[in-house]
Amino acid sequence: MCLAIPAKVIELADGDMATVALEGVKKRISVALLEDVTPGDYVLVHVGYALHKVSPEEADRTLKLMSEAGVLAEELEEITGGAA
Amino acid sequence: MKYVQEYRARDLAQKLAAAIAREADTGRDYHFMEFCGGHTHAIFRYGVQDLMPENVRFVHGPGCPVCVLPVRRLDDAVEIAERHNVILCSYGDMMRVPGTKQRSLIRAKADGADIRMVYSTMDALKIARDNPDRQVVFFAIGFETTTPPTAVAIRKAQADGLDNFSVFCNHVLTPAAIQHILESPEVRDLGTVKIDGFLGPSHVSSVIGSEPYEFFAEEFRKPVVIAGFEPLDVMQSVLMLIRQVNEGRNEVENEYTRVVTREGNLKAQELVSDVFELRQDFEWRGLGMVPYSALQIREAYAAFDAEKRFAVSEKASREVKSCECPAILRGVKKPTDCKLFGTVCTPDNPMGSCMVSSEGACAAYWTYGRFRADAPAKAKKEVAA
Ligand code: SF4
Repeated sequence: MCLAIPAKVIELADGDMATVALEGVKKRISVALLEDVTPGDYVLVHVGYALHKVSPEEADRTLKLMSEAGVLAEELEEITGGAA
Repeated sequence: MKYVQEYRARDLAQKLAAAIAREADTGRDYHFMEFCGGHTHAIFRYGVQDLMPENVRFVHGPGCPVCVLPVRRLDDAVEIAERHNVILCSYGDMMRVPGTKQRSLIRAKADGADIRMVYSTMDALKIARDNPDRQVVFFAIGFETTTPPTAVAIRKAQADGLDNFSVFCNHVLTPAAIQHILESPEVRDLGTVKIDGFLGPSHVSSVIGSEPYEFFAEEFRKPVVIAGFEPLDVMQSVLMLIRQVNEGRNEVENEYTRVVTREGNLKAQELVSDVFELRQDFEWRGLGMVPYSALQIREAYAAFDAEKRFAVSEKASREVKSCECPAILRGVKKPTDCKLFGTVCTPDNPMGSCMVSSEGACAAYWTYGRFRADAPAKAKKEVAA
């Protein structure tokens, strides 16, 4: 539950919402906890909320490691499998 | 081990392991508590303990949100769902935690209660919007990373005039729990738990910043290093802790500067303090009552407080008797000290909360540590190879 996955912001929407891309999966998240998010930014996503901005290099590094360790698949399942 | 080998930065891991072995004083022990369950998980998953010299040990702390929730509060959630006929929304991690008489949310659901697993507080809001004639309660648990999303949901519910949504708030605070551990008799008087320093949590600190740890680094004379979740982060942070101990320093250092600043995420902090205030007392599994260690919903948002909306009975709650989770969460015992570990209690049939969440110490031991009897020596050889 403490994990957060880096994802790229594709599009902003009303009500502090945004669409992010994560390994080809698109997901609606909230950006209500951050100031000045713009498309192209990378953010750490935790329980459907962007917690923090990260650099593209950091995002790339973390994603590679998460996928090598098999964590990414689990987290993606949690994100896409949750009831909506 | 396998993960560290697959990792591209294996060279770096080797170098860090060598530096730790070189700088750790063989004449003493180092016991570092990783507070956060995310670190416990990473330490096991990547075999970090195996890369440490014999005299550098991790003490697993109580930072697994599911693990520290007392059975009483879980029983209350089940009762709210069953007696008041609401739709109870919960994060997935909580679903299989056994309450009194082994009653988990999953069991209550199987018996007909309307309990739904959600990924986000926004999912819970949507369920409330889609079911205007039902009451929807979000079962909120977690540390400082999970609290701001709950605050946003409550404000949104108020702004939208959503009067069938409320929150059963169980949010807890990291610094209060660390201070409580340092003041506990086990650490202070008995010396049964030796703690020479802390690995500070990653994402919790991205919200609250590194500043809240400064008080007890000074007051209790213990070094704190805020560490990222990756194995190299953990190793680098251990090295920083060893250096502080060797030099007699007790400071807050930040290894995870990529994400954590001294002041943290101010916007998130403002939202949290707008919606929540300190609770005088809150019970933690393993730690007992800890003063000012949790949050409750402020009067201004009382309409969204499930505790005010739905009465619960004062019945007695009970954990499985031989479950050692409370002692494990204080760092006093290890999962293998529990009689039920791996026999009666497994992730498929958990008896206690520490076996449910992947961040719990028992689940981490079971999944990654079961056959490690001769692992340390072998792991070191493999890394050296
Ligand atoms: S092994 Fe199971 S019963 Fe034993 S302490 Fe861990 S969770 Fe509790």
